[in-house]
Amino acid sequence: MASTIRVRAVASGDKTEVQSLIQHPMDSGFVKDAKGELIPPHHIEVVQFEHGGKTVFTALWGPAVSKDPYLKFSFTGAKKGDELKVSWVDNKGASDSLVAKIQ
Amino acid sequence: MEFLFDAPECARRTILKGLAGIAGVGLIDALILSKALAADAPGWPQDAFKQKSEADTLKTLYGKSAEASDKVSLDAPEIAENGAVVPIAVTSTLPKVTGIAILVLENPYTLAAAYKVPEGTQAAVASRLKMAKTSKVMAVVESDGKLYSATKEVKVTVGGCGG
Repeated sequence: MASTIRVRAVASGDKTEVQSLIQHPMDSGFVKDAKGELIPPHHIEVVQFEHGGKTVFTALWGPAVSKDPYLKFSFTGAKKGDELKVSWVDNKGASDSLVAKIQ
Repeated sequence: MEFLFDAPECARRTILKGLAGIAGVGLIDALILSKALAADAPGWPQDAFKQKSEADTLKTLYGKSAEASDKVSLDAPEIAENGAVVPIAVTSTLPKVTGIAILVLENPYTLAAAYKVPEGTQAAVASRLKMAKTSKVMAVVESDGKLYSATKEVKVTVGGCGG
């Protein structure tokens, strides 16, 4: 199966800008389905970005984050060709991770 | 897979049965696993995400309250046509930023997202949030152990909570 994570990290000078898009329903637990029954909450709780064995960014998400969440941040200390590891865990224990090359 | 179709009828059935058996066991394993793992992810501040007011959220998450600051900038639309996808960006020029939190005050649970910003990472984050209705959005930045905030009202035409 294709990864749920799409990430683009571009180094320019000392700064690396990271943009990521994760496929996830991010059900809030407040929405009803066609039968009028509540869809139980199902959302990503933690997303981690690691570079060189060090966590460079941690996102803690509640159910209010949009479906297929987008995230942008930037950090220093990486260069072109380095690896950036992205991983997420949701409230049902599912997870995925991906290692991307910094461009 | 060709051998499956070349096999005599009875042999094919046995193979299919065998496959179904494996799939069944796999399913049960997955069920047990998913139950065992149903607890929240480690490090996820469950209590903070259950609070229904700004003060309680900040107290639970950081143990203190925030003061307004013009060094926190919150970029959000004046009017969001679709409450399911509201682009929100927070940046700050404050020194030693260690955390950023985004609160939507009228949502069922106030806290939308919290970010941990280690040293070497810029105090800036952009993402998309759901908003139930027109509400104040608050960006809170933890800098040098203190909390600073910026607030902006976002008008929502269609709510993002299926209402």
